[in-house]
Formats: sequence, structure tokens, C-alpha cells
Amino acid sequence: MRGLVRYVAHLPAVTGRRLVIALPLIWLAVFFFLPLVETLQVSFTTPRRGIPPYAPLWGFGDDGFFTNFTTGNYALLLQYWSDYFGPALNSIKLAFFSTLVCLAFAYPMAWWIARSTEKWRTILLVMVMLPFWTSSLLRLYALIGLLNPNGFINAAGLWLGLIDAPMQMMQTDFSIYIGMVLTYLPLMILPLYAVMVRLDADLLAAAADLGASGPEIFRTIILPLTIPGIVAGSLLVFIPAVGEFVIPALLGGPDQLMMGKVLWTEFFRNRDWPVASAIAILLLAILTVPIIYARYQDGRVTATDRSERPVEAK
Amino acid sequence: MKKTLLLTMIGVLASGAAYADGKLNIYNWSDYIAEDTIANFKAETGIDVTYDVYDSNEVLEAKMSAGSSGYDLVVPTADFLARGRQSGVYADMDYSRIANVKNQNSQVQALANKQMQDEKAGLVYMWGTTGIAYNEKKIAERLGEKAPTDSWGLILDPANAAKLADCGVAILDAPTDVLPNVIAYLGQPGDTTDAKLFEDAGAVLNKVRPHLRYIHSSQSINDMANGDICAAIMWSGDAFQAAARAEEAKNGHVINYYIPSEGTNMWFDMMAIPADAKNVDNAYRFIDYMMRADVAANNVNYVWYASGNEAAEAKIDPEILAHPGIYPSTETRKNLFVTPVYDAALDRVVNRVWSRFTSGS
Repeated sequence: MRGLVRYVAHLPAVTGRRLVIALPLIWLAVFFFLPLVETLQVSFTTPRRGIPPYAPLWGFGDDGFFTNFTTGNYALLLQYWSDYFGPALNSIKLAFFSTLVCLAFAYPMAWWIARSTEKWRTILLVMVMLPFWTSSLLRLYALIGLLNPNGFINAAGLWLGLIDAPMQMMQTDFSIYIGMVLTYLPLMILPLYAVMVRLDADLLAAAADLGASGPEIFRTIILPLTIPGIVAGSLLVFIPAVGEFVIPALLGGPDQLMMGKVLWTEFFRNRDWPVASAIAILLLAILTVPIIYARYQDGRVTATDRSERPVEAK
Repeated sequence: MKKTLLLTMIGVLASGAAYADGKLNIYNWSDYIAEDTIANFKAETGIDVTYDVYDSNEVLEAKMSAGSSGYDLVVPTADFLARGRQSGVYADMDYSRIANVKNQNSQVQALANKQMQDEKAGLVYMWGTTGIAYNEKKIAERLGEKAPTDSWGLILDPANAAKLADCGVAILDAPTDVLPNVIAYLGQPGDTTDAKLFEDAGAVLNKVRPHLRYIHSSQSINDMANGDICAAIMWSGDAFQAAARAEEAKNGHVINYYIPSEGTNMWFDMMAIPADAKNVDNAYRFIDYMMRADVAANNVNYVWYASGNEAAEAKIDPEILAHPGIYPSTETRKNLFVTPVYDAALDRVVNRVWSRFTSGS
């Protein structure tokens, strides 16, 4: 009781700054970390018919405390690894090339926006973000209307005499990539813009004065200084793109089985929430471990550089 | 001013009436009820109905499996209902509380009960078949007189599929509605649970695979109507929707649907009450209302599926009743079969065969 009183008396000491940090942390803990822990937990359970459709991992029964831990879901993934490896590769390939195409389009666009006058910058940025204000599903359906054999592009091409027969654009890699780039492009433009707008124009002028050519300025100044934007934008595009389910499902053909669809099948068709969770956890590990490792290496190198001591000495 | 006040008062009174008898939360397939059914029920009973829709059994099942869905009446397909019953998701249905249950077609209801191995799961709302829809002109152009428009072979024979590939061939993305029919095409019983036969069916599909435009459950309706595809394995009602849309658009495409002579699976969509439903009395009132002959007939005339309600047939549009694709002849009915509910192990086999087929690996 006295502890509580002291705690309450202490409350005004909670500064606004702490609150500002605590709120997003609580948010992340509740809506990001807890679901992740739940997914990890479900990946070690046994499926059953019931609510929920898996046996609880631990609990108190008639015989007291019990646990119900199995690694069988991961063993199943190993046993049928070829059924999961192909789709995983397809997804990573799709995400990788989507990221590359996004980067190729976004880099000059972001540069152009960053070098515009202040008034135009706002207008152009709003135009980049405008698509987010409509449902992505509606935009994809509009795309289907454009690309269909009876769609606008084919009709226009036929009318102008550019083509003799409708081109098959839907249900191909082409339509998937158009959908991916259209959906994810803003996520690449914004971080690039953020670093480019802070880039000091005097540096470019100085380099030009000292006789550097355009490509040289790009290679020695612009590119190194915009790398943080490239990394941030690429991660923002790549990570959600790997798990993308809707775009390949709506725009793609049946031959490109993606990880999103495999997860869907495990979850909805096999009703095997544990195996679906195991796939999600494994995919997460495969994608995040290299990134964390790279950052860790990066941090070590920087730390060594600063202290000018060998790594072993740490 | 006076008029506004009067209208406001009527509004207050009417909303008061709506809450007086409580609420009812319904979760049904999209486009699966006549446009005025819910409004009429509200007007008659004063019950405040919330009506939500889904477009796949899987979505419904996941929502119900998670628990506390908040719905009082849902319409799963019989095999999904049977699994839900084993999980304890759905309550026993007390037929003594439904006076109009006497209108039900006892034969159809018995088939559904047999499939579910369950007498108290729910009432058949609508039932249908899986078959082949095709574009009359485009098939005739490519296959001529001998087009087998009475057999699964129109699509499942690679020679035919190859000739149709340029005008577009599609298959439903629904393993349990396609694989049993491929097994029937092979001359084996479609209601089998033999894993080996499902592997054989997968082999047949893999040979057709290179000639397919896509494998998808809802895209074919529009594409068939627009002439973007010319032959597809489809659910009966979807095929008729495509035919109706083509006719409305006057684009010259004539879409036909047939039940292949090798036989096909019958499926049943069931009215069922979740075990945790809060407004059970209202759910029974609604089921009783839906079981009235005139209400059931009105729904059929809108959605073009066969009703589980026999008394409704007197009021159903004669064109629908006479349609062999909706109300099959006694001859055709002999070839219809009902698939059993698969266990988890067979589910895995079925879905693995299906994944390999869809991804072409």
C-alpha cells in the first residue's frame, strides 16, 4: 500500500519525453512483438480439430501441469523441402527484381523532386503519395481493366493499327511486375527523397568547379551520400514484397507459386496453423538474420575504425 | 416543419421497434440472397439485421475457428460445416423450432446429412454442381461437330485442351471440387478417399496444365462473359451468371453449361447456427422465414441455384426449373455423387497434389 502511494507520488516525475518514447514502445510490444511470440509458440503445437485448431502448448489439466511441445512442423518442412523451396525462391526473385526496378524508376524521380523549388516539391510529393489514399485493391482492379485482352491498352492498340491481335499481358510476369512496381514505388521514392533533399548543393558546385565530370560527381558524391536512402528504400520494398499475396493472386498466372500462396494453402486449405506458423518463422529468420548480421559487421567495422584497435582486442 | 417533425417521430418509433426485438447477425456468401429478402424480414419482425458476406469457405472457416465471431447464422458448404461440427463451432439445430421445415426437400437434405454423417447440423439452403461452361461459337470453330460437350474430356483430354488453348481454358481453384471429378473422368468412383486415385488425378491435370490460361475461382465469370476464355470448369450458378452477363452485354457470346456424363459432385450450402450465437431465437425466426415457400422461391429466382426447399418449386421461374444444369433430370441425377469429408491426412495429399498442379512443378 505504501509502495503504491510512493509510486503515485512519484508519477508527476514522469516527463512528457518519457511518455512520448513509451507509447510507441508499448504499441510495438503489443501489436508487433506479442503476435510474433504467439506465431513462434503456435509453430511448436500440434494441429487438431477445435477452437483454436491447435492443441495448447502448455496448461493445467487433470494431471496438473502439462506441456505439448513438438518440432514436427519443422520436420515436415524439411521432409517436403522441395515443395517449399521453389516458392520461396520465386518470392525472393520477385521481390529482388521488383526492388531493382523500383530503384531504377525512383532514383531519378526522387532526385528531380528534391531539386525542384519548394512549392513544387510539396505538390510532387503529394502526387507520389496520392495513390495511397485509394484502396490498393481498387488500383489493381483498374490495372486488370487496362491489361485485359479486351482492355484499354489492347483496344487502343488495335484501333491505332499497332497490333493485329490482342496481346496477352494479364497472367504473365509482366503484369505481376507492373502491379508490384506500381504498388511499392512510393516506398522507394520517399526515403530517397529524404536523403537527397538534405544533400548540400554546394558540394556539387564545388566538385564541378574543380573539374569533375557529371558521372564523376555522381559516383564520388551523390551515390555515397544517398546510400542510406537506397538501403532504407530497398528494405521497405523488399521485405513486404517477399510476402506479397494479393498482387500475384490477382495479376499473375498459375505457374508462379509464391510463398504468400503457400502460406495461404497451409492456413486455409490444410487448416494447419502450426505448419503455417513454422513457415512464417523460418521465412522471417531467413530474411532477417542476414540483415542483422550485416548491420552487426557494419557496427564492428565502424567501432574498430574509431578506436583504431584490432577486433580481437575487444 | 410539421412534416419534418412527423417524419422524425416515425423514424424514432421505427428504430425503437427495430431494437425492441433485438438483433441478428448473418454471414452469408456474396450475391446469395434476393435483394429484398432481408428488408422484408426486417419490416415484418422489427429485428435489426446485420448482413455481412464472404466469398470463400476458407475465410468463413478461419473466422469461425478463431472463435467469438459474433454471428448468429452462417451458410457454410456441407463439408466445411461437418468439420466445424467436429470442432464444436456449430450448435445442434432444433428442427422443432422451425415450423416450415416441412417445406424442405427430404431427399436433398438426406444426401447432405449423409455427406456430413450428421442429422442435426443444419438445413440445405441451396445446392449445385460443378461442370463445364463453354463458349458455343469458339468451341465449334476449334473442335467442330465432334466437340465432346457432354464429357470432362472437353478440357481434361490434352488433345482438346491444346486446340482450345488460344481462346482460353480455365479451371476452378478448388481442389475438392475438381479432383473428385477428374477421378470420375478416369472411370473411378468420385467419392473415394484413396490417396492413390488423387495422385492419378493430379497426373491427368498436369498433362493439361500447359494449355491452361489460369486456375482461379471467381475470375472466370467475367472472362467467360467477355469471351476472354472459351471453356472452364465452373460451379453451375457462376456459369449461369456468365451466360446472363453475356446476354445482357449483347456481345454475341453464347455461354452453355453442362453436367458431364461421367458424373460430378453435388455440393450443399447449409444454414447453420454457431455454438456461441447470442441471438439464437432470432436465428430460428430467420431460418423459419427463409423456409417459407414464397421467400425461398424469390431467392432462387434471383441467384439461380437449386433450392433445398421443395414447396418453393411451385413459385420458381419455370425457366429455372426446366434448366437441366440447375434442376438436373432424373437420368443425370443418377451420375451425381457426394464426396465424403476428408481427414487431415487426406487433406494434405489433396492439397499437395493441387499445389504441384497449379505451380506446374
